[in-house]
Amino acid sequence: MISQFFILSSKGDPLIYKDFRGDSGGRDVAELFYRKLTGLPGDESPVVMHHEGRHFIHIRHSGLYLVVTTSENVSPFGLLELLSRLATLLGDYCGSLGEGTISRNVALVYELLDEVLDYGYVQTTSTEMLRNFIQTEAVVSKPFSLFDLSSVGLFGAETQQSKVAPSSAASRPVLSSRSDQSQKNEVFLDVVERLSVLIASNGSLLKVDVQGEIRLKSFLPSGSEMRIGLTEEFCVGKSELRVSLFPGYGPGIRVDEVSFHSFVNLDEFESHRILRLQPPQGELTVMRYQLSDDLPSPLPFRLFPSVQWDRGSGRLQVYLKLRCDLPLKSQALNVRLHLPLPRGVISLSQELSSPEQKAELAEGALRWDLPRVQGGSQLSGLFQMDVPRPPGLPSHGLSTSAPPLGLGPASLSFELPRHTCSGLQVRFLRLAFRPCGNANPHKWVRHLSHSDAYVIRI
Amino acid sequence: MSQKKRQKPVVWVEQILLKMLPHQDEEEPASYRGSSGSCPGTVRKMPYLGSEDVVKELKKALCNPHIQADRLRYRNVIQRVIRYMTQGLDMSGVFMEMVKASATVDIVQKKLVYLYMCTYAPLKPDLALLAINTLCKDCSDPNPMVRGLALRSMCSLRMSKLDQWGQAEVLNFLLRYQPRSEEELFDILNLLDSFLKSGSPGVVMGATKLFLILAKKFPHVQTDVLVRVKGPLLAACSSESRELCFVALCHVRQILHSLPGHFSSHYKKFFCSYSEPHYIKLQKVEVLCELVNDENVQQVLEELRGYCTDVSADFAQAAIFAIGSIARTYTDQCVQILTELLGLRQEHITTVVVQTFRDLVWLCPQCTEAVCQALPGCEENIQDSEGKQALIWLLGVHGERIPNAPYVLEDFVENVKSETFPAVKMELLTALLRLFLSRPAECQDMLGRLLYYCIEEEKDMAVRDRGLFYYRLLLVGIDEVKRILCSPKSDPTLGLLEDPAERPVNSWASDFNTLVPVYGKSRWATISKCHGAERCGPELPKTSSFAASGPLIPEENKERVQEVPDSGALMLVPNLQLTADYFEKTWLSLKVAHQQVLPWQGEFHPDTLQMALQVVNIQTIAMSRAGARPWKAYLSAQDDTGCLFLTELLWKPENSEMQISVKQNETRTETLKSFISVLETVIGTIEEIKS
Repeated sequence: MISQFFILSSKGDPLIYKDFRGDSGGRDVAELFYRKLTGLPGDESPVVMHHEGRHFIHIRHSGLYLVVTTSENVSPFGLLELLSRLATLLGDYCGSLGEGTISRNVALVYELLDEVLDYGYVQTTSTEMLRNFIQTEAVVSKPFSLFDLSSVGLFGAETQQSKVAPSSAASRPVLSSRSDQSQKNEVFLDVVERLSVLIASNGSLLKVDVQGEIRLKSFLPSGSEMRIGLTEEFCVGKSELRVSLFPGYGPGIRVDEVSFHSFVNLDEFESHRILRLQPPQGELTVMRYQLSDDLPSPLPFRLFPSVQWDRGSGRLQVYLKLRCDLPLKSQALNVRLHLPLPRGVISLSQELSSPEQKAELAEGALRWDLPRVQGGSQLSGLFQMDVPRPPGLPSHGLSTSAPPLGLGPASLSFELPRHTCSGLQVRFLRLAFRPCGNANPHKWVRHLSHSDAYVIRI
Repeated sequence: MSQKKRQKPVVWVEQILLKMLPHQDEEEPASYRGSSGSCPGTVRKMPYLGSEDVVKELKKALCNPHIQADRLRYRNVIQRVIRYMTQGLDMSGVFMEMVKASATVDIVQKKLVYLYMCTYAPLKPDLALLAINTLCKDCSDPNPMVRGLALRSMCSLRMSKLDQWGQAEVLNFLLRYQPRSEEELFDILNLLDSFLKSGSPGVVMGATKLFLILAKKFPHVQTDVLVRVKGPLLAACSSESRELCFVALCHVRQILHSLPGHFSSHYKKFFCSYSEPHYIKLQKVEVLCELVNDENVQQVLEELRGYCTDVSADFAQAAIFAIGSIARTYTDQCVQILTELLGLRQEHITTVVVQTFRDLVWLCPQCTEAVCQALPGCEENIQDSEGKQALIWLLGVHGERIPNAPYVLEDFVENVKSETFPAVKMELLTALLRLFLSRPAECQDMLGRLLYYCIEEEKDMAVRDRGLFYYRLLLVGIDEVKRILCSPKSDPTLGLLEDPAERPVNSWASDFNTLVPVYGKSRWATISKCHGAERCGPELPKTSSFAASGPLIPEENKERVQEVPDSGALMLVPNLQLTADYFEKTWLSLKVAHQQVLPWQGEFHPDTLQMALQVVNIQTIAMSRAGARPWKAYLSAQDDTGCLFLTELLWKPENSEMQISVKQNETRTETLKSFISVLETVIGTIEEIKS
């Protein structure tokens, strides 16, 4: 059970503090926590810390520290799950989670905590149940407008109507049970994949890992039923390869493992790959899946580096060729290449293949920014640097072909809008919801892949 | 199953369980039972639209006061509702009206309404609360039939479906339950199976722990559960949440202690990515060390090698130490990588490589030659105390194989005045004296200078005393110096004793899904000690003193082990084959040459002891099964001169001590002493590990 819960800003200022059992310390534990956290030696984990019979367990979320203390030897999995559920809940009710939203909605947060935890025991964390008890309305910084295009997200999603979903529309609070609900009948469905890749220096692929999630954020009245149709060729497990229902449409979409939220009804999953559910308002992860090793499509990026290193003069020349293997119509956004450099590198001269790119030295690494990379295109950069010779090192030393210490591995970060690496797509999202009045519910379906760790050894 | 023996909480637990379980009788695709079983939507079989008109009409009828007044007509309408319900139409819309209909004296009508309520209560939990009122009232009805009916209905209201928090809580509570029979145990396990597939990591881990604890006598069930939890754990290890990832990694390490091969095929999941925080990278490196096997060793070493040149010196050093620990099994490959790293001539790398070499030659003497060849030139890139100590130790112990050893040590002697670390000076004294024994001509002069400096000019008392000690030792004569300083140069058994492989699952099952694996066992011990001592004094000095005493312990151990073979040069032959008959005959014919008692607390695992003894070439002839009281074991060993040692271990739990009786076929007190001390060391180590 939980003794205390508090939220700290990234600078350690307490935003929320609640004592559930009155059995330990006082408000200064928040300060104590922050002092312990910042004074921790590098090799120790801050996730669980101990001080005088009290355990601090925390997560970092949106720049905030969400911390619980307990004196019992509790289940760490359960507590971490609770903390991330709390983060989602607070996001649901305050619109989004951040220092600003929390401090604007202190009353609401305390009200929520009162209902979620009683004497340190979890009562309920369901957005739906809680709506019955929460009286405070969320304070939002500015009114939301669906067509406020000034805040269009980085990846505007295409739906059947080819509209653009303003990103802020998804970050508004769920409505309390008393307010008028006919206004904002919207539902957001995101298929998000995290890609982690490791490529050896000879170009061979050492590891591919895709972690996928289907996330749903619903503002429809609770209990309205919806059906999510997935790619028909979707199959689970290594052995089963589902025969395509449409011959000639390529192989099946396969994942290794899949798990569903307990709300999901799978009656139609076997036969038609349809998920049925009656989601409560708020955010929900409908499905999680993993895929490793064989990807149906080629990797989005290949990097061809060549390094010339003259140990005598300390001149280091790195030529990087980046090829984007996405389909021609697709593009990658916010591509950044990060290449750690030998210690003490000074001066950089660069020749880049297009003017919108940027490259600079930052924190002992080369940072090459490519705001937009079209599928099928090839970009290159030539970088020249001076590496000071470490004192005491004989200049004849080792052969000059070996790359200098501290160079590489290169890592890429990027976003791939409208692209899933596994190939999984949402075919349709159907609502069995009868709108009150004229307002048809808006449905936003988005697909996105982004890099988790995309590492290329040099 | 007799109701009498059952205690109250157990009944409660079973009821809760019943409520938690997915209802198997409902139609669901078999393969996804676990995830959809608790979904309220499964009751309905009709398309979700339609039946509206019927509901509207029935609603009207139920509300009609004329119908309500006519008992038969009212009952008829209710019957129609039930009929539609049975056909699969969604009748939840009239719940309110039906609850009202339950307040009647007509028992038939009551029964019908209760049937309806039990079906739809899960869909309308808030309205079902209203029904509870009526049910409670009925429970005090004078008519026993009404009372019984109400009670039964209340029990089958499946509205309190437990959410994940409730499930985790109940799973935790169930840990206290002792199944009365094997049959019951497997019934429980079967019922709980679906929780292993839950989407919530807390529930999955809670269920796993319960399985491990309940099946403590069925290792194959435990292994099976750990196989099934592999997927969820690996998913948590690559979770977006770093905190969850860390906790999962700690648990992976815990499992690896018992099942070393468990995650070997998933080794790539534990490769680090540059953006991860330090503490996750360190855990992953530890995991990689533990899951290495013949198939993946090449790839794992390549990966670790990449980390050795990481920008973060701490991480690079951790990777080098990791390669060092893999080197205990895959010596040649690792030594080659480590040697290549020396070529980079980086201080922070060289120092750790040399320390790794020092530890390695002690455990794996076969790599001594390769290490000695790699050492020349290292001294240029070592500045810190630890690295210098390691290098000096290596030069002292293996100096006869390193041509320029005396000259490197001479450099250290020249600069001893400016040396800041007393530990380095101590090491230098010992190393030089050792090298003097094998290469006297080259060392005599500088040894004299060093001793002079240490005795006459040194300010540090420990160094001075050590200098004086060696000086007096030299006065006694060179043979005495040899006897004291020329200890063995390696001890392969130490490594195996340090990490006894494959600890039984039961040794940590109760720690699973708690904070213990997250803190690590040793830190947890200090934490619970601090906690138990009721916050005696400020904590910070306590931890710092612990940290300071940390490195001392292994050093003491080392010396103890060093001294053991010293005194008698005992060499036990491996693979001694002795039949039980022969043992018995010999045992009976001999007298006890030595008997002593060692402290021994609590339970232990005989297999661990047997394995540890095997390592030092003491064979186990026979022993009682685990848990027997008193517990006995018979051991045999033979040294290289043919002297037999027969031993009886007798453990009496009531005295918490282990009695050792040794018999010898030739009376030789010197070797007997050595044998006893070897035995003591092994038993002492096991006792330490256990606690």
